[in-house]
Formats: sequence, structure tokens, C-alpha cells
Amino acid sequence: MSTFDQVLTLVKDSCTHGEVAVDENATPRAIKISAHDLVEVCQNLHRSPATYFDMLSCITGIDNGAEAGTMEVVYNLYSIPFNIHLMLKVLLSRDHPQVHTVSHIWKTADWQEREIFDMYGISILNHPDLRRILMPADWEGFPLRKDYKHQAYYRNVKVEY
Amino acid sequence: MPTDRVQYISKSDNLVLSEPAKLKAENLHSEEMIINIGPQHPSTHGVLRLEVLMDGEIVKEVVPHIGYLHRCFEKHAENLPYNQVIPFVDRLDYVASMNSEHAYAMGVERMLGIADQLPKRVEYVRVLVAELNRIASHFIAIGTYGMDIGAFTPFFWVMRDREHILRLLEWASGARLLYNYIWIGGLFYDLPVGFEDRCSDFVKYIRPKLAELETVLIENKIFVDRTANVGVLPLDLAINGGVTGPMLRGSGLRFDLRKVDGYSVYPELEFEIPIGEGKMGTVGDCWDRTDVRMREIYESLKIIEQCLQKLISEHKRTRDFDPQALVPKKIRPKAQDFYVRAEIPKGELGFFFRSDGRSDVPFRCKCRSCSFVNLSVLPEISKGILVADLIAIIGSIDVVMGEVDR
Repeated sequence: MSTFDQVLTLVKDSCTHGEVAVDENATPRAIKISAHDLVEVCQNLHRSPATYFDMLSCITGIDNGAEAGTMEVVYNLYSIPFNIHLMLKVLLSRDHPQVHTVSHIWKTADWQEREIFDMYGISILNHPDLRRILMPADWEGFPLRKDYKHQAYYRNVKVEY
Repeated sequence: MPTDRVQYISKSDNLVLSEPAKLKAENLHSEEMIINIGPQHPSTHGVLRLEVLMDGEIVKEVVPHIGYLHRCFEKHAENLPYNQVIPFVDRLDYVASMNSEHAYAMGVERMLGIADQLPKRVEYVRVLVAELNRIASHFIAIGTYGMDIGAFTPFFWVMRDREHILRLLEWASGARLLYNYIWIGGLFYDLPVGFEDRCSDFVKYIRPKLAELETVLIENKIFVDRTANVGVLPLDLAINGGVTGPMLRGSGLRFDLRKVDGYSVYPELEFEIPIGEGKMGTVGDCWDRTDVRMREIYESLKIIEQCLQKLISEHKRTRDFDPQALVPKKIRPKAQDFYVRAEIPKGELGFFFRSDGRSDVPFRCKCRSCSFVNLSVLPEISKGILVADLIAIIGSIDVVMGEVDR
């Protein structure tokens, strides 16, 4: 049994709300889970002595565009002792994108989730300090959304791109 | 643009609106005060703003504000073909462009499936220039760190020696800082004739200078007093906070992606991974982090020597060698998600790509920057310290704001 199968079994066991699917078209191999299961899955992956994903390398937000009507959050996990990678994908609706925070499991998620909120307007539930991080606090809109139109003026300065 | 138009109306509350303070004055206890450090302050290494809650001279809380150097890297990348993103990648960590380029090019090559076909000479040249740039970056880190805490001379020494590296890289690529030298599938040019000799001269020249630098700065009693036992980053916090690079190794974990992932030709080269041992104080203090950088320079020199050896023997220059032979005319990876990571001087630089398989433009290109993540542990390790130590800690993290804000 490969390590990926072990991880998959663990993820399947921790999911109670939604479907679990494997995405072979990703490197490292990805598991798609429901947003409601995210915290439970992450907690188990982090704690389980068989996987011990102690490092959250990267959190990525993706906007699939208005036609698709979905957004995604991708978590790249890495386990230092076992040297295994895992990509976790969560699909969100574009109308009310929201996902629970994992910053109580990995501290590094704090700023990275703030960045996702800043760039995509995905609200991170239970986040300790959800503010914009890169853009000014009074900036309008979420820049990395595919249908983003920047504001014409910011503080009387023409916004040019 | 007409000059009579008012371009910016200065109001006293502009800063308050654009970047409001998190700490509120009305919640302060007696004797407490809020100090604002930066964004324009030499010791914050660029445009980092810190909101510091202090009780006398004791720091109680630090709130970093970033984003002053945000240049929309990810938005630009979504609108440009893969090969045209490389100049933007240069401008992320602008003191170690070669390393960032290497990471990016490697990721796209793996997506295209041409990573295994690259000529060995290309790989060795890539590692050679990346390690030269790593030394230059560590020089900046150590030199400016010394200056932060009052040692002025080492800064001039490292700038003088860094100049030699920049001239070498300028000779190879034509630019001093932002090279655009490593291309997807190859290199811009082969190394110029005579580069190998000049480079080995440099290695001979730099060794005694490093010993000098170590004596005057790293082992200096004042430096040790200022940095030992300051800003201790425990290993569990470092891993949990996603910290990588010399900061993680300073906390005592032998973790270097050049060894762990063994990308490019690093498995064929011999080098050690220095870690912090708490020689002067506690494991994971500011001194350990600086010492790790110092010893990494020696290891980089070892790698450079081995690369040069290979580049004049096994993989030497030939008349018909074309470093652009494998550069694809059209870069269109098949639809996939891809995460690539590589070790740059500050830590793990990662790129997350999503390609839709239909265009030459990445659908999503996320940069996981190490300075950003490393900086995020600053509030954790700077509680209950003196404000002078706060400066020492920022310097030891070695942030480049271009990479933090992207």
C-alpha cells in the first residue's frame, strides 16, 4: 500500500459531510474534499502519526470565472519526517465563498488566508484577524477575481494598468 | 499628463484610512504606548511598517503592516505568456534573481515534461550562477544585519566583494541585478569565454576575505552580545509557522530542499547543510541564523568549485553548443495543477501553476514567497523583548520586501 493510499484512507475516514475525489491531474496528487470537512481532515492529517503533515507550504486561491461560478482554495501540505506531499482542494460557490480557517492548526495559515481574503474576497470563518494584507484597507474589489475591474481613481490618483 | 491637475490630495487621515492601526489608543493601560516604526526606516529593510505596543522599552506586541511594495505579480502573471513572466520573477527577490528564475523555469519545464532532457552543461551553469547569487544575497543579509546593530565596516567589505559577483553575473547575462538569464528550456547565452578562469580566481580571492569577515563580525564580542539568546525561534514554532531556509536551519533542523528534493544537479555535488547549534547562546537565536548564512557561503563556494571543474572538463564549452536548443517556441503545458518548490537564499520559494491547456498564459500563478512566511512569525518571537532587539530580529529574518509584497 503506497503512502498516498494511506493518506487517502485517512482523508476518507475524516470526511463526514461530502464526497472525496482524487485528482490525478495534479502534481503532487490532489484530493478534493468538501469545504465542511476541511478542518477535520487537516486536523487528522496534522496529528496522525502515519502522515504527520507538519508543514503547510502554500495556500492558493483560484477563481474559475463567472461562467463556472466556482472558486477554489488549494492547500499544499508537506510532511517533513515522511517526505510526502499532498494537495487538498476545496471547491466553493462564487456567490458566497467561505471556508473555515486552519490557522489554529498551522500558524502559517494566518497570513496566507488573509492574502486569499484580500485577493479573492473569500471569507475565512473563525480567522483571528481577518484584514486586508497587501492592498490598502479602503481598496474596492478583489483584484485576482477574473471579472475584476479596477476603480478609476484612488485618492484622486488615476489607477492605471 | 497636464501638470495643473491635482494628483494627490494629502489629508492627515489618509494613512489611517488606507492602513488603519490595529491597536487602539483607548485600550492602552497606563505606561503603555504605541510606536510606529517604518515604512520608511532603514532598519526595517525596505518598506515594512511595524506597529509596536510598548511598555517603557519592553515590546508587548508587534503588528506588521505590509503591502507597500505590492506590484501585482500574480495578476501580471495571469496576463503574460510563461516565458515573459521571468522578468517579473526576477523582481520578487531582487537580490537573488537567479535563484528565483531557476525555481520558476524548473517548474514550467517539469510541466512541459522537458526537465529531464536539459543538457548537463545548462544545469551546471544554472547551479553555478544560482550559487554565486546565493553568496551575493547572503552578503547583503550579513552586511546589512551588521549595520543594523552598529557594525559599519563589514557592510563595506561585503559590498566590495559582492561587486565582484555582480560583475561576473553582468558579464554572463548583461544585467547587474535582474538577469532574465535562465530561460525555460535553457539559458539566454552560454557563459562567456574566460568566465570559468575569472570565477575560480574569485573563489580563491574570497576565501580569506570570508575568514576576515567572520573574525570581525560573526565572532565579534559586541555582535555576539547583541544577537545571542535574542529572538529565539523554537523548532516547533518554526515548522508550524512554515518557516524555511536559514531561519529553519538556524533553529536546528537539517532541512534544505537542495538535499531533500535533490533537484537539478545538486545530487551530484558534495556539500553540507549547516545548522544552528547554539554555540553562543540558545539554538535558534539571531546569532545562529547569521552563522548558518555565513557557513552556507562556504558551502556555496564548494558547489561553485565543483561546477567549474565540471564545466571545464566533462561538460566543457563546444563550438556547436546551443543553450537555447531546447527553448520551446510555444509554451503550452497540458491542463494541470502543479506545485514546484526550490531553495532560494531566504527559504522555500514555491510556485503553484494552473494551466488550462488552451493558452500560453498561466490560468493561475501563485508565488509562495519565503520572506512573506518567514516574516509572519515576527509577532510570535518578539514578545517581551527590548525595542533594540526587535531591530536585531528583523535583520536576522532577512526579509526582502519585494518578495514579501510581490
